[in-house]
Amino acid sequence: MIAEAGHYALALALALALVQSIVPVIGARLGDPRLMGVAASTSIGQFAFVLFAFGVLTTAYVVSDFSVVNVYENSHSAKPLIYKITGVWGNHEGSMLLWVLILALFSALVAIFGTNLPLVLRSLVLAVQGWIASAFYLFILFTSNPFLRIADPPIEGRDLNPVLQDIGLAVHPPLLYLGYVGFSVSFSFAIAALIEGRIGAAWARWVRPWTLLAWVFLTLGIAMGSYWAYYELGWGGWWFWDPVENASLMPWLAGTALLHSAVVMEKRNALKVWTILLAILTFSLSLLGTFLVRSGVLTSVHTFASDPTRGVFILAILCVFIGGSLALYAWRAPSLTQGGLFAPISREGALVLNNLLLTTACATVFVGTLYPLVLETLTSEKISVGAPFFNLTFGPLFVPLLLAVPFGPLLAWKRGDLLAAAQRLMFAGLCALLALALLMAWTGAGAVLAPLAIALAVFVIVGAMSDLIEKTGALRLAPQISLRRAAGLPRSTWGTAFAHAGLGVALLGIVCETTWNSERIAAIKPGDVVAVAGYQVKLENVVQRQGPNYREQVARFSILRDGQPIATLSPSKRAFSARGSSTTEAALLTRGLSQLYISLGDQSADGSISVRLYYKPLVVLIWFGAVMMAFGGLLSLSDRRLRVGAPKPARPARSLQPAE
Amino acid sequence: MSLWFVLALMTAAAVFAVLWPLGRSPRLRGGDEAAIYKDQLAEIARDQSAGLISAEDAAAAELEISRRLLSSAKADSDVPAASHLYVRRTVAVLALVGLPLLAGALYLRQGSPTLEDVPLAARATVPPASASLETLVAQVETHLEKNPKDGRGWEVLAPVLLKLGRADDAVRAWRNSLQYNGETAARRADLGEAIAAAAGGVITAEANTEFEHALALDPNEVKARHFTAVAAQQDGRSEQARAIWRDMLTKAPENAPWRPLVVRALAQLGGVAPELPGDVAAASKDMTPTQRAEMIGGMVERLATRLKQNGDDVEGWLRLVRAYLVLGQTDKAKQAIADARQATGNSPDRLRALNDALKDLGLEG
Repeated sequence: MIAEAGHYALALALALALVQSIVPVIGARLGDPRLMGVAASTSIGQFAFVLFAFGVLTTAYVVSDFSVVNVYENSHSAKPLIYKITGVWGNHEGSMLLWVLILALFSALVAIFGTNLPLVLRSLVLAVQGWIASAFYLFILFTSNPFLRIADPPIEGRDLNPVLQDIGLAVHPPLLYLGYVGFSVSFSFAIAALIEGRIGAAWARWVRPWTLLAWVFLTLGIAMGSYWAYYELGWGGWWFWDPVENASLMPWLAGTALLHSAVVMEKRNALKVWTILLAILTFSLSLLGTFLVRSGVLTSVHTFASDPTRGVFILAILCVFIGGSLALYAWRAPSLTQGGLFAPISREGALVLNNLLLTTACATVFVGTLYPLVLETLTSEKISVGAPFFNLTFGPLFVPLLLAVPFGPLLAWKRGDLLAAAQRLMFAGLCALLALALLMAWTGAGAVLAPLAIALAVFVIVGAMSDLIEKTGALRLAPQISLRRAAGLPRSTWGTAFAHAGLGVALLGIVCETTWNSERIAAIKPGDVVAVAGYQVKLENVVQRQGPNYREQVARFSILRDGQPIATLSPSKRAFSARGSSTTEAALLTRGLSQLYISLGDQSADGSISVRLYYKPLVVLIWFGAVMMAFGGLLSLSDRRLRVGAPKPARPARSLQPAE
Repeated sequence: MSLWFVLALMTAAAVFAVLWPLGRSPRLRGGDEAAIYKDQLAEIARDQSAGLISAEDAAAAELEISRRLLSSAKADSDVPAASHLYVRRTVAVLALVGLPLLAGALYLRQGSPTLEDVPLAARATVPPASASLETLVAQVETHLEKNPKDGRGWEVLAPVLLKLGRADDAVRAWRNSLQYNGETAARRADLGEAIAAAAGGVITAEANTEFEHALALDPNEVKARHFTAVAAQQDGRSEQARAIWRDMLTKAPENAPWRPLVVRALAQLGGVAPELPGDVAAASKDMTPTQRAEMIGGMVERLATRLKQNGDDVEGWLRLVRAYLVLGQTDKAKQAIADARQATGNSPDRLRALNDALKDLGLEG
């Protein structure tokens, strides 16, 4: 009975989403506040029903109700409780339900917290959210219904894909979806602005928290997915330029551009039309990502099931929303008022440069991801566009971007002074040169690129800090005064510094890991010792263990440094009989910011077992940098103050910095 | 609480979500742009007093924002506020009628309102006798999952898995049985059989190895010998296959249960079973016509059942059709032809072979 109620709740949610799509638009046309008020109550109601449906499905998983097909196909009674719950979205139907749940959540949040919005704008935003929601409810109910039942339920389920039986599944998809779907709010604001034909600095102020929120979640979601792939797939890699990863990177790049151009719009009332386009593009890329992953066009661990009708349905959704929004843009954008003017060397100019580089990088990834697919469809010729392509195209685009990052916050609005900014970055530049010299001396001119890249990372980090030092006067003024100034500094300034420094930190991790990681592959027997990067790794024994729903072969390694044992690592291989498949559980030892990584291979007939050992210097920085970026985003989000970009008069005023 | 009651309550809540704002007197109109710009002006004043921006910067910013404030006030004033009773009533009626209808139709399309929830905890009480074979297999599998060293369990499970068509799992089960129960010729032969079944009936090199192992342990292991002959037949070494089968029949006791199978296999290769007093054909000589008809009927039925489970065997279908024709059961023969076409329909090659052979039999092509 509960399962059926969940099914019905989903149908009701669709019905409410349809009301939400139509009535507020009529209300906005007629100027009737009561009709427009329907938007808020229906989106809250819709959220309540889809939350109920999601709760019902979760309950079915928890109690192992195999009369629900979805539970039977993806769960197993012996699975630990946490994986029963995460298994809800570890499959196609459930993950789509999570998708609409988050969409409804954002609509409800706009309805509840958007009371400062003009009624017309809020109604239109919610109506557009309703369009998206209706499309996805239809998709779920017609092609991917998670509430189908079996009259004669089997006694045991088929279990979840073992690779997904990991804590990563509890974190990565919800975060990623919060990011993907969060950009729907920016999209809806953009469409609403186009329909209404009004746009200005206030619009940017209203849309800011939503974009930031989505961006923070997307950043964390991507970082978490990367870390999960790193420790679960057993290859020690953290980014594979896999189409599915690219599908999440593209909205991130576009979203980062959107974040920056929205700042220009809020503070200076400029770049308005471009910001609208970015908002549309960002969510379109999110939809494209959903399509690539969910339609079965790509085969990977993310593709739970491929069914042509689903692919066609999502493709239709994609065409309607992307095509429709771009057509609306082409029609309405010329009628929007243009914004203010600014000199090329100014904060605005720096942000335009940021936008240009980010969108170009995004386009590069787009081409690299879609070209092989299109080629295969047209000529059935299979090519693979992998790391070399992206390293050659993406890398050169990011170098100027990173070089420009520290300059941005130091330039004044409207009319900046590049020389003055460069002077303030002198210290950061010196630090970078020092790092370069030291590294060159240490590596003996072996690798040239790595020291240069590290110098760049140091420049970005110290540059971000110089901005803070400059604004608080930390080195010039008395400590008490600079502390007071630090406290008085807008949190968004802190956020900018953290996010920019995070970028440098991540770069540092990436360069060190790729340049100096050591790898050993060996077949060893108990008692053997393998050395990697100054550590001795001794295989103590190999034992079989019985888990709740798997058997595992656990190898116990002692890690020695200079003959002294410092830790024990136990990587394992798990065999899941319900699916007849196995997973590799790598073991990681974090020492400072570096990691020792052991993953097991196959056991051969003579009792020796093949192991892969990696030593990855500073690898933790990659994810730490991403978390720093997200933290910066949160800081900025917590800053509820209004942003004003005081324009710099033509006469240079050197005394004080403009406020953020 | 019945399901319908719950659904009705939910519908009422959904309808209420639409009707409520329609009936309420309109609230204040939410925020507007002007409020943002006024706040921005206040912010500039604050920043200036905190010493974050200079006086001239502040003045320039104030000028810009005031300009925006003016233009927004102009835009806000030309939005008419109106009330449209007729439209509101239409929306209300649509919500009241359309919402339940739409949701109900969507739900009933795939919903199963008569099915109860079946959480696992509620199902452990089902008595074993009434449990289906698959349920029992699942229970044994769960047991073995936790006690993988229970050799007897694997031994019992393996043949059942093979019967259920889960040949891959049967292979694994036999391997485990071999590991925990020790090696015997019979287990080796069973493993080989399962491997062959997993390969769609083809005696692969892997399967053959198992049969060789079995024969090394016991040269007279029947199953291993039979499958060695089948392997020979599949390789085109018909003479060798015939020799093995003939030898098996010669050595076998009269009442060996596998005798008919081997005789049939031999007959299929065009070989004649060695004349033995205990031969099936000979036995049938002493039967009354009724008994003989029963025996033949039984054989035909067995063939039909086998083909129902595995319809890929074109030769088998032809034999079945021929048998029905000989028995004078034309209806059943026609039915068998239809079944055969359906069963082989997914493979054009087999279907063509079947049609050609039927033509040869003088039946419709």
